[in-house]
Amino acid sequence: MRIELSEEQLLLQDTVRRFAAEVVAPRAKEIDESGVFPREFFARAAELGLTGVAVPEQYGGAGMDVVSYCLVIEEISRACASSGVILSVNNSLVCDPILAFGTEEQKREFLTPLAAGEKIGCFALTEPEAGSDAAALRTTARRDGDDYLLDGSKVFITNGLAADVAIVFASVDLSRGHKGITAFLVPMDTPGLTRGGHQYKLGVQASGTTELFFENLRVPARYRLGDEGQGFRIAMATLDGGRIGIAAQAVGIARGAFEEARRYARERQQFGRAIAEFQTIQFYLADMAVEIDAARLLTWKAAWKKQQGGRYSLEAAQAKLFASEAAQRVTNKALQIHGGYGYTREYNVERYFRDARITEIYEGTSEIQKLVIAEQILRA
Amino acid sequence: MPPGSGLDFALTEEQELLRAEVRRFAEERLRPGLAERDRSHELPVAVLREMGEMGLLGMLVAEEYGGAGQDPLTYCLAVEEVARVCPSTAVTMSVTNSVCQWPIQRFGSDELRRRVLPELAAGAEFGGFGLTEPGSGSDAGAMQTVARRDGDDWILDGQKAWITNASIGKWFVVLARTDPAAGKRGISAFVVGREMPGFAAGAPEEKMGLRASVTGSLFFNACRVPASHLLDAEGQGLRIAFATLDHSRLGIAAQAVGIHQRALELALAYARERVQFGVPIVEHQAVRFTLARMATELAAARTLTRHAAALSERSPEAGRLASEAKLYASEAANRACFDALQIHGGNGFSEEYEIARLYRDVRVTTIYEGTSEMQRLVIARHLLAG
Repeated sequence: MRIELSEEQLLLQDTVRRFAAEVVAPRAKEIDESGVFPREFFARAAELGLTGVAVPEQYGGAGMDVVSYCLVIEEISRACASSGVILSVNNSLVCDPILAFGTEEQKREFLTPLAAGEKIGCFALTEPEAGSDAAALRTTARRDGDDYLLDGSKVFITNGLAADVAIVFASVDLSRGHKGITAFLVPMDTPGLTRGGHQYKLGVQASGTTELFFENLRVPARYRLGDEGQGFRIAMATLDGGRIGIAAQAVGIARGAFEEARRYARERQQFGRAIAEFQTIQFYLADMAVEIDAARLLTWKAAWKKQQGGRYSLEAAQAKLFASEAAQRVTNKALQIHGGYGYTREYNVERYFRDARITEIYEGTSEIQKLVIAEQILRA
Repeated sequence: MPPGSGLDFALTEEQELLRAEVRRFAEERLRPGLAERDRSHELPVAVLREMGEMGLLGMLVAEEYGGAGQDPLTYCLAVEEVARVCPSTAVTMSVTNSVCQWPIQRFGSDELRRRVLPELAAGAEFGGFGLTEPGSGSDAGAMQTVARRDGDDWILDGQKAWITNASIGKWFVVLARTDPAAGKRGISAFVVGREMPGFAAGAPEEKMGLRASVTGSLFFNACRVPASHLLDAEGQGLRIAFATLDHSRLGIAAQAVGIHQRALELALAYARERVQFGVPIVEHQAVRFTLARMATELAAARTLTRHAAALSERSPEAGRLASEAKLYASEAANRACFDALQIHGGNGFSEEYEIARLYRDVRVTTIYEGTSEMQRLVIARHLLAG
């Protein structure tokens, strides 16, 4: 056991840290307030290979490993959580399943431009009545000659407002439950697909989250990802990987809040001295650091396990559960250290506090993570 | 620190083998009689001798001094496996390995090492560490024990409290004031033997947990210690003590991880068997979620501990990481034992169930070798430095 980053990983971390400081951080507040999807950021991230970090170079990716991917998401999210989730979705929820389950033709047509960042992807699983219970989705796909016709709607789709491609989950036979669910690669300009408007949220405002509506949406059979009925398995396997990205995002948000709080505590004078000299503030900072370090180690461990091949559902769920809950506590303490100023928009910490909240919800709520973890440990 | 070759969370084959061997040994030799030894406050001395023969009581000592020459991570794996069965034996093991032998090897003269380490490393004798006094716990620098020079010897006067292995140990690393005017810089570390004139060990204390380990006071009444038993130089005592604790906290973190592991196993087994409302209680979501949390915190505690151990003595971050591991692992293990007992309901309150003893045993892990509060101070000092 040795947990030290390689030279390449350190170089990547340094490059992304600089990119985040120069390009991402300066616009974080602005896009949080406007809610405008940062297309320019996506394009510049693409130049650095961040839109397909762990995708092989032959398919337009940067050809790096899963831990490197975590480093990217942590650094970007430390500066701007909206930007972090935009990349996480493109990498984990869109590129990954095409790489794992797509045909060679699908990889060339869809994966290559997505990994290279020429196109933006989104993942359309959740529906108004099917959140944690994803198998209860109602969107249908009806075979029609060489095509499928999709009808239904999706909600809370990150990147939805800006995406060029969606992976859509629909049922070819509702009576078969999760065994009827099938995945499709859908160009967003296909007639019959409409997007909703900007969805105002508590945090990650600029992530382009919206609804999608399908009405007699015609998708050629060659765009079906995997077999009929394989969709639920594809979705679950994809979310295992996605959870690693969200865990890394939570670590980044928590670290951002911690660093701001530490700086503020050193500067802020009360009772004639810097508040960092008070034991309570020191203890807050210590607890925050411990949780961040533990969350990062669990995240890297899940990433390492994924890289090794084999199952990593347990590790990914533990990392996601731990890191997202740690991010709540850390951002809350960071805001507390800032006092009244922390409650204002003058400081970044209120944004970190709002942005952290979603990490316990999307890509599987904390409750779903606990179900996954319990199932895994009871199986052993 | 130079960049590594990337992350590797796996243990080596040797480490896995040793872990399996220690687990088997602990189940076969330490499991029988656990509850009786807890009731009678009896340290399993015969089993400890066998552990000495296996090399488990001198793991960190180089082979030339009779030790096993193991790395800190391998040592933590062994402590974890022993603690999973008998936390009392684990602390006995941790103290002789870590707070006694480690500083002697690190700061003692070659002559002193050759005199003291072989019998400790072989487990023929046990070691201890005398820092705490009745009036100085967390505030170690306020100690009252003094040592004054007398020719080729030092004369120690004072008392140490809460010393693990007090009445069974032969060699103790003892901190005393050699220059009362110099404050914290006037403290020095000595290796004191129980056969030295003026040394006495008190009777074992009655404790809430870890009852099969021996804890007591040490008394120095004009105790004569040869000058060759000074560690490093005069005035280096607190530095030696803190370096030692930075290291030994890994062992306590590993002990907490072992207890946590056992608490989870007991809770899982009980939840599968116990039927209420017509189903095993593991089918109730509240119980499942509690188990999931225990398992997740165990993974976090274990990873922090192993990471800190792997970097020990190799990184400027090692001290902070050891404190983080000790703080997190001990607090998580306390939560795990609380939750595991809750899952057992009324049965958990009965000493017939193992969880009741674990619940008592785990409590001290947030206290000894630096309370949680001291760990937070250490961590904050690192975070706010520079």
